[in-house]
Amino acid sequence: MKKKLDHDEVREVALLARLELCDKEVEEFATQLSSILGYIEKLDELDTDDVEPLAHSLPINNVFREDIPHECLSRDKALGNAPDADDEFFMVPKILDDNSNG
Amino acid sequence: MANVKYKTLVGLEIHVQLKTKTKMFCSCPTGFGGEPNTRVCPVCLGMPGVLPVMNKKAYEFSVLAGLALNCSISRFTKWDRKSYYYPDLPKNYQISQYDLPMSEHGYIEIPIDGGETKKIRILRAHLEEDAGKNSHTAGNYSQVDLNRAGTPLLEIVTEPDLSNGSEVRSLAQQLQRIVRYLGVSEADMQKGHMRFEPNINIVGEIDGKEFKTAIAEIKNLNSFRALERSVDYETKRQLEEYLETRKGMGQVPKTTRGWDADREITVHQRSKEAANDYRYFPDPDLVPVVLDDAWFEQIKSNMVELPLAKERKFVSEYGLSDYDAGVLTSERTMAEYFEDAIKAGGDAKRVCNFLTQTGLKLANEAGKSFVEFGVEAEKLAKLSKMVSDGDINASAATSLISKMVENNEDPMVLAEKFNLLQKSDTGELEAIVDQVFADNPQAVDDARPGSKKEKKSKGFLMGQVMQKTKGQANPKIVSSILAKKLSE
Amino acid sequence: MSDNILSLSCKQLCDKILAKEITSVEAVEAVFNNIEKFEPKVGAYVSFDKDRALGEAAKIDKRIANGENPGPLAGVPVAVKDNMTTDFGTTSCASKILAEFKAPYTSTAVSKLIDAGAVIIGKLNMDEFAMGSSTENSGVKQTYNPWNLDCVPGGSSGGSAAAVAAQMCFASLGSDTGGSIRQPASFCGVVGLKPTYGRVSRWGLVAYGSSLDQIGPLSKDVTDAALMLNVIAGDDKRDSTCVDESIAPVNDYLCDLDTPIDGLKIAIVPEFIESASDEVAAAINNSIEVYKKQGAEIVEISMPHFEYAIATYYIVATAEASSNLARFDGVRYGHRSDDIKSYIDVYSKSREEGFGQEVKRRIMLGTYALSSGYYDAYYLKALKVRNLIRKDFTQAFEKADCIIMPVSPTTAFKVGEKTQDPLQMYMADIYTIAANLSGVPAVSIPCGFDGENMPIGLQILGPSFQEDKLLRVARMYEANSGIEYKKPAILD
Repeated sequence: MKKKLDHDEVREVALLARLELCDKEVEEFATQLSSILGYIEKLDELDTDDVEPLAHSLPINNVFREDIPHECLSRDKALGNAPDADDEFFMVPKILDDNSNG
Repeated sequence: MANVKYKTLVGLEIHVQLKTKTKMFCSCPTGFGGEPNTRVCPVCLGMPGVLPVMNKKAYEFSVLAGLALNCSISRFTKWDRKSYYYPDLPKNYQISQYDLPMSEHGYIEIPIDGGETKKIRILRAHLEEDAGKNSHTAGNYSQVDLNRAGTPLLEIVTEPDLSNGSEVRSLAQQLQRIVRYLGVSEADMQKGHMRFEPNINIVGEIDGKEFKTAIAEIKNLNSFRALERSVDYETKRQLEEYLETRKGMGQVPKTTRGWDADREITVHQRSKEAANDYRYFPDPDLVPVVLDDAWFEQIKSNMVELPLAKERKFVSEYGLSDYDAGVLTSERTMAEYFEDAIKAGGDAKRVCNFLTQTGLKLANEAGKSFVEFGVEAEKLAKLSKMVSDGDINASAATSLISKMVENNEDPMVLAEKFNLLQKSDTGELEAIVDQVFADNPQAVDDARPGSKKEKKSKGFLMGQVMQKTKGQANPKIVSSILAKKLSE
Repeated sequence: MSDNILSLSCKQLCDKILAKEITSVEAVEAVFNNIEKFEPKVGAYVSFDKDRALGEAAKIDKRIANGENPGPLAGVPVAVKDNMTTDFGTTSCASKILAEFKAPYTSTAVSKLIDAGAVIIGKLNMDEFAMGSSTENSGVKQTYNPWNLDCVPGGSSGGSAAAVAAQMCFASLGSDTGGSIRQPASFCGVVGLKPTYGRVSRWGLVAYGSSLDQIGPLSKDVTDAALMLNVIAGDDKRDSTCVDESIAPVNDYLCDLDTPIDGLKIAIVPEFIESASDEVAAAINNSIEVYKKQGAEIVEISMPHFEYAIATYYIVATAEASSNLARFDGVRYGHRSDDIKSYIDVYSKSREEGFGQEVKRRIMLGTYALSSGYYDAYYLKALKVRNLIRKDFTQAFEKADCIIMPVSPTTAFKVGEKTQDPLQMYMADIYTIAANLSGVPAVSIPCGFDGENMPIGLQILGPSFQEDKLLRVARMYEANSGIEYKKPAILD
């Protein structure tokens, strides 16, 4: 998978990651990420067709919580760190294209 | 005019809020309403360093729902993160299930015209967490309330097996009954407990040439009516648009449209040029769920007879009309109450009438369900027997239901107390008939067998007896006395 | 008096406080004396609160005066890495994006320290969001190595290691995702333990790579590491990945420390030692001799997939990080850009301004690895190789009780020496990353000095949940190597 990231690809990834990179960063990241990905190609030396992926080193499952309510955070504390909030809500500039799944 | 043949294909993406006491991954209480941002904690606010822990009940509820939707239940399931940035999504990823949903390949049966049912295939049903809510009423700002963030949701995806608004509505109503019967959701559309997003397009032929329109997804539907109308409107709109532009799937992008409930039209919201890149990957903060036999059996033991099966039984075993069976099975408590009354010896049709007529009226007036009045099903059964036995007539039964609702006394005691029992004493009634005969000789003559006015005059005499007894005479007995005396 | 106090271990100090020979207030005063003297040079702390610490110490002293025993860390001044939340002060992860963040909750590990009587004196510097190997990526300040102020302290828990080495706290907590406890411990001449994944709760630890992150202690000696682990280990209902004690019991890590190790099998991978610098290799070879003398059997093994650990790690860790750091968006907390026209700007400008270069680089890499079309080639491939690396460990522990190797190929390098080439910096993690990928515990202990008098670390790796054995092997080196405890020159 010989992979070199060009500037447009870097910008696409930055958009996905919500980073408004400046031109200099785009250039730097294109070089650095290409070099890192080049190194990562080392993994292709290994045949892993019959290997199970290991997302977690722990052999545990079924960790649950009972359905019992606990006390909530006070609204003051919930909103306390917000860069912008009124007395009730977190505030953001108006969303004009609301596509929430609600 | 071109020769057009077409059919509509509708698939649904459905979100059902589960009726757990707490959220999916934290112990904040769930529930509609609440002051903004008061049902939140560091976990559902997505603060740094916090971790999710699964609500066991939410998983059990979703297994039960999956079973009711005839799905195969996966014995191994895991959690994935679905990434997208949005102010109502605190972590900017949603914990969901991607490649191993907890259930898949099911179906839901819906009644269609003519007493038939149709199977709508279910592709998958999986568990995920809900987002919060953005509101846009405050000037240049949008306000974010995270009370709803983290509420457990069952996402159900159907195959595009539905073909019109009426079927879509029918599915929605069936699903509502099912999840309410199971007790896993309140399923109130107005409150957003149950949200439907139809994906619609049409396929057809114009002058022998095949065509397909681009899929449109419709949002903002918060009633059954809106659901039905939007699908029918969108079908018409897509057809008209295609006939005008002749541009279909592949030539125009998939779109999202919103339902404008006032104008009853769908409105373009945005095009989905490229598929979103959600970057799903297994959530490293959560461990998989393994459903073993013992636990599976325990969950299965909470399964109940489902509404459609009950509805059919009410028609076939008790001889109720489709309509009445539908009304009685709309709520599980009502259906079970009805069945209890039948078990206690009640007459099915009479009990049904009590419940669907007087009972429903009283319940609507009181703003609750009839069952909540607390009148035992046995008492209603007894009331129906009193009518069958001629102790009271139908109108007395109606007024007795009101009185039972008021003070929950025994119907016989109430009937006596309010003097509603029918006079069935033959001797007493014979004397009254004699009196009526004496007062109306002409009518008696006209009522003799073979007379031209026999039927009408007999009715008149019966009316006179009823008047004298203030309606409390048992009409069957009066009728037989009349017959006997007139043929003497 | 103050000097005497400061050279004590946690265990010794606690014993003296309980015996009322020293008060906790005196210990806190002594620590802050050193902070006043050395913090301007070393820069280990992001924040500290002397008044609060003195207040807490006075409470502990009062409890002791009342005949209570506040616990195994009674009155001991400790400090924690700034990526562990505390419901006092701020938790910044040394990032501008979280500069003013006040957590309304305390991480489990820190709560456990407090419950054991420890006095938390401050929050320690680190590479921003624990991403780095030199603490040069801190968004707050540079931390310098107390052994040579021109050198880095290592990272990402650089502040945690430097503060212990400079006696600006008695012990500290760090976090280790790819070596972030062990490597700075090695660079600063202290003991650093990364417990088994799942041994210590991650609740309140701001996540970098969730399947790799683990909190652990940095301390003056092995006994203190065991003592600290005793306090912080154990299950926590708030962390699904923290292993239930019924599955993996928490042992008393102190009780076996001095049990001789004769007959124990210690594995080495010869090429790992050869690939380190000459001085590091010499120190490791010397430690092999120390173990041989005690009757341990040295077995040579191979770990064929070890060399793929760095490539695997930089996919797995960055993928998880790209998702974990999505929540820093300027909506609910943290930095929000002033230059905002739309809600999209809230995200992209706040994040652009708030994150440093290394964090952005890793978010970019992780986002790319998870993006449509590349998932299988990068992320899935890395998870498969991760499994192969774990199998290497499984096989190794069938042949031996533990494995020893260097912590880092070199001793501490100069500030600025490697910042131009990120890949070169990543390569220095070669020996530490595999333990995180496979979850096994590993400890770094001082094992000598190079020609510049910079400390060298010996790494010992053991099977999962066998920290007791691991610490015993570490302690038996410490007790029998003949290496004397040395203080950094600046303390004299």
